[in-house]
Amino acid sequence: MSNGVEPMPNRLPAGAQNPVSAAVTASLKRRYAAERRFRLYGLLAVVFAALSLAALVFTIVQTGLPAFSTTMVRLPVTISSEAIDPAGTRDPQTLSGADYQKVVRDALAELFPDVTGRSQRRDLFSMLSPGGAYELRNRVMADPAVIGSRIEMLIPVADDIDQYAKGHIEASSKGIETRITDDQAQWFARLKDRGMIESVFNTRLFTAADSRSPELAGIWGALVGSFWTMAVTLVLSFPLAVGAAIYLEEFAPKNRWTQLIEVNINNLAAVPSIVFGLLGLAVFLNFFGLPRSAPLVGGMVLALITLPTIIIASRAALKAVPPSIREAALGVGASPIQTVFHHVVPLALPGMLTGTIIGMAQALGETAPLLMIGMVAFIVDIPSGPLDPATVMPVQIYLWSDSPERAFVERASAAIIVLLGFLIVMNVLAVVLRKRFERKW
Amino acid sequence: MTMIQTQPQEPTLRESRNTSEDAVTFVTRDVTVHYGAKKALDNVSLDINKNDVTALIGPSGCGKSTYLRCLNRMNDIIPGCRVSGRILLDGEDVYAKSMDVVHLRARVGMVFQKPNPFPKSIYENVAYGPRIHGIARDRAHLDGIVFTSLEKAGLLGEVKDRLHEPGTSLSGGQQQRLCIARAIAVQPEVILMDEPCSALDPIATAKIEELMDELRINYSIVIVTHSMQQAARVSQRTSFFHLGVIVETGETEQIFTNPIDRRTQDYITGRFG
Repeated sequence: MSNGVEPMPNRLPAGAQNPVSAAVTASLKRRYAAERRFRLYGLLAVVFAALSLAALVFTIVQTGLPAFSTTMVRLPVTISSEAIDPAGTRDPQTLSGADYQKVVRDALAELFPDVTGRSQRRDLFSMLSPGGAYELRNRVMADPAVIGSRIEMLIPVADDIDQYAKGHIEASSKGIETRITDDQAQWFARLKDRGMIESVFNTRLFTAADSRSPELAGIWGALVGSFWTMAVTLVLSFPLAVGAAIYLEEFAPKNRWTQLIEVNINNLAAVPSIVFGLLGLAVFLNFFGLPRSAPLVGGMVLALITLPTIIIASRAALKAVPPSIREAALGVGASPIQTVFHHVVPLALPGMLTGTIIGMAQALGETAPLLMIGMVAFIVDIPSGPLDPATVMPVQIYLWSDSPERAFVERASAAIIVLLGFLIVMNVLAVVLRKRFERKW
Repeated sequence: MTMIQTQPQEPTLRESRNTSEDAVTFVTRDVTVHYGAKKALDNVSLDINKNDVTALIGPSGCGKSTYLRCLNRMNDIIPGCRVSGRILLDGEDVYAKSMDVVHLRARVGMVFQKPNPFPKSIYENVAYGPRIHGIARDRAHLDGIVFTSLEKAGLLGEVKDRLHEPGTSLSGGQQQRLCIARAIAVQPEVILMDEPCSALDPIATAKIEELMDELRINYSIVIVTHSMQQAARVSQRTSFFHLGVIVETGETEQIFTNPIDRRTQDYITGRFG
């Protein structure tokens, strides 16, 4: 086609440099250099991010790992009938009220006949956790036949002794700077020499709820609380969010009102979570009078937080279903609702589930709104339902990291490891779902 | 999009059937369509004869697909689309309040430009229509409908051993025939085809064209096509659309050999479009 432009000469005399080619050569160098520079920046950014992440994970694991083991004393305990049940009635009330603390202390004192002074004895007894007495009581209550016999018990040591055994704190003769005395250190060494000290896997960490004594505290209560809270969140948010997404995407007229709703949903996703906590406090607790510290209310508040996330993800999933599928269904005479539920929703479901899992992972790590509705209380019982007072994993971590005891800091890190484990599992699940059900059209 | 053929052939023209005046499926009068402020169709009047293949030809953007989508009200799902004028299917106003759009689409099937089987099994693709309309009495009857439809669409031989494999695993041409089988499974009166061969290779195209000739014994077919050879090969009547109006309608043979309008002449000889 001739449009008045001179055609380019496609052959130049030998030796002459094509001006275009020269310009390209000159700029190529610059362009390649720019690309190399950009790649380097990118690589540096990735390396920096990876190193920071590695450092973070390393610190957490380093601090938290020791919490998975604990120090115990293997102590021969004489359960004398006089101490527990002088009348010999085996009445559960008597058995339950007996002074087991004294029995355990006597067993320890037996090993150290040289310890006589009042304050020395107090130091000696404080080496053992009060958990030993509870355990002994449970054993006696379960089987009163052990009364009168001599049994061996594994009794946890007090948290400071445990920390000393792990080498985290040192004994000092000044006795002010550290939490264990020289005497205690020496007694501990003697116990160790006699082979009575054992380092075992810390099962209590996974079976107990919170406690004032770090060596007796565990994450099971928080895990169960998290479970109930997440269950309430899922039951409330998934159907609501998916229903809202389907209505807005497939059925709602596109007018100013639906636009307004859409903008507001997007804005809700950006509202700080503590605001939702305040809302929960004002509406759910103060207005409707729902129980404080309950997973039910926590779940309701977290459902509000995850709703926008799931709605946005579900709408994106619905939008990604190609219009040709809708046309195909409508073309054979499917009604709009049949088109949506027979064809569009099944195809969008993996995307919706991925959004839901990501929303749930977000909710699992949420702390601030739960503080507002009282899930930050010190709760020693394992919740048995969504109405029992409970706390959740991130709040438990917050509580422990706020405690001065070295052993609690350790346990906070251990709880973080468990929480991160759950989050990773959920995210992997989301990725697997997406990969597994990904469709190509 | 024009079809690429290795050997351009002389269009073979078929004798059109003698259609009496009463054998008309669609009567459309003064159909005007707006997309928002834009006028896509301007006072289009056309009759679709029973048991004919009617081809709608014309350059891109001339309104032929828009017209086709008026016939089964697929334009309803496009926001901002307004249709005026009268479209009668066997004397019933398609756009009347009393017309149920779901029922209409069961009577007027559609095959789209890009093969769009459901991401389900071949069997489920064909069985879906009869199932939602409650046509099949029982499982055996449904099987029968599926087999007959696949047979009519010329696909049964190729897929009868793998009815439960996904429809999307078929080749493009097979997928399009599956879509035709899906459309005829609900026993429509009319089948609308919107450039059904534009995504297919010449061999698959030839199969679909052959199929259209067989299908018109039982159905009326309206096909939008960009390929003049295809229009000439498969249709009995041809309508030439240009800029939202019908320039010329007539027997296919007359349109291609002796067009009345200058613009038709220019288009079929490849001078524009």
